[in-house]
Amino acid sequence: MELNFSFLGKYWPMFIRGAGTTLILSVFTVVIGLIVGIVLALMRLGKFKPISLISAAYTEFIRGTPLMVQIFFIFYALPQMGLKIPQITGLGFDFPRFASGILAMGLNSAAYVGEIVRAGIQAVDKGQTEAARSLGMTGWQTMRHVVLPQAFKNILPALGNEFVTVIKESSIVMTIGITELMFNTSQVYSSSFRYFESLIICALVYFVMTFTTSRLLGVMERRMKRSA
Amino acid sequence: MPDSLNKNDVILEVRDLTMRFGKLDVLKGVNTVVRRGEVIVVIGASGAGKSTFLRCLNRLEMPSSGDILFEGESVVHAGRNLNALRERIGMVFQQFNLFNNLNVLDNITLAPTLVKKADKAKAEEEARALLRRVGLEDKASAFPAQLSGGQRQRIAIVRALAMHPDVMLFDEPTSALDPEMVGEVLDVMQRLAADGMTMVVVSHEMGFARKVANRILFMEDGVIAEDGSPEQIFEHPKSERLREFLSKVLH
Ligand SMILES: Nc1ncnc2c1ncn2[C@@H]1O[C@H](COP(=O)(O)OP(=O)(O)O)[C@@H](O)[C@H]1O
Ligand SMILES: [Mg+2]
Repeated sequence: MELNFSFLGKYWPMFIRGAGTTLILSVFTVVIGLIVGIVLALMRLGKFKPISLISAAYTEFIRGTPLMVQIFFIFYALPQMGLKIPQITGLGFDFPRFASGILAMGLNSAAYVGEIVRAGIQAVDKGQTEAARSLGMTGWQTMRHVVLPQAFKNILPALGNEFVTVIKESSIVMTIGITELMFNTSQVYSSSFRYFESLIICALVYFVMTFTTSRLLGVMERRMKRSA
Repeated sequence: MPDSLNKNDVILEVRDLTMRFGKLDVLKGVNTVVRRGEVIVVIGASGAGKSTFLRCLNRLEMPSSGDILFEGESVVHAGRNLNALRERIGMVFQQFNLFNNLNVLDNITLAPTLVKKADKAKAEEEARALLRRVGLEDKASAFPAQLSGGQRQRIAIVRALAMHPDVMLFDEPTSALDPEMVGEVLDVMQRLAADGMTMVVVSHEMGFARKVANRILFMEDGVIAEDGSPEQIFEHPKSERLREFLSKVLH
């Protein structure tokens, strides 16, 4: 068998566009994951038991069911129950489809990020909170200005890993027809029949994205270490 | 009890304070008053309940029963008012507890700007003035990790002072320090006392207690077992337990 990459001359924009979509998808996923994750962690650590239980149940359920089921649930099942994400005209792409994917991925990631954030908050010395409260600061002021910044610094490596995981796992949203890197790759090999070459290129592009991401995060970490 | 003369002088009043952790009775009915300008040193063996007592005063621990009145207002039943009371009760910890994510200046100005809504520039100006008083004006932009224990504790004191508290609580402020740094911290505390600050200090520094305290409380097994002037406590201890304790810490 011989390798033939000449199909790239025609198809390379598919890989680039796919990679772009994957990155956008991943960034939104991580942002949603982080925001919802912080909320889940705060709920879980709060004094009010029912709220804490809701957070724990959510986390367990999301982590105990397949991401694919969650994605299909949001994309197919919710609209059937009348919960439709409206199309926004003038965007030039299928917004409900894209938003469903991001929402499902973000809500899934949040369950994992929530546990990371919770561990990060718990790892901050209790003396930090006591000092802040003894000065008259409120619980939220303490969280916002003292605990979360320290927790965030400690969990940055774990959050970086989560970002890398999301980039890889986002390939699953090809199943609801989002034209990200994996979806586009499948388009390329179905038209060109160059399965081997297409998938090699696809893997390389994923690797460049994940490798660059972890390197950039490594630099960020070292910067933050130096500052304190 | 000698709380006869001027009721307005009483800044803290502790009534039948008890504290229980699970099955462990840590405080078994503590009664005392702290008057404005008084310097009280609390002594006693490890596990006697000194830290728990001190931490009840600003409600870092919620007592099981009894009450604490700060200028007549209940700390125990403070509700939403608790933070306003805490503003006026400064606390210094054994482990310093400077905010690790903030530099020295921000450590000092964080609470004044957030809680008192102080103007940032004014707060910084005052922070620098306070730093000058403890000889650390050149450390304004340093982070806690770059400072020695003695420097950290002096800054922790400044941080508490920046809120203009009416009373300062110290929980073994020099116990975590290398011996050569104890002096610089006690020095700052002594000057604070001389300036008229009301202070409640848990400490094993008997020299400091003898020199600076107006009153010494000896805690034993969850109660104040003896309460008197340094002269009374050191020269005429009443109980065998106090004599024993003193002979241990003074040698
Ligand atoms: N949060 C807590 N939970 C359970 N036990 C505690 C707690 N805090 C203190 N204790 C116990 O209360 C007793 C008195 O502690 P403490 O007030 O720290 O004494 P001291 O400061 O005089 O050494 C000790 O036996 C200690 O183990
Ligand atoms: Mg103690």
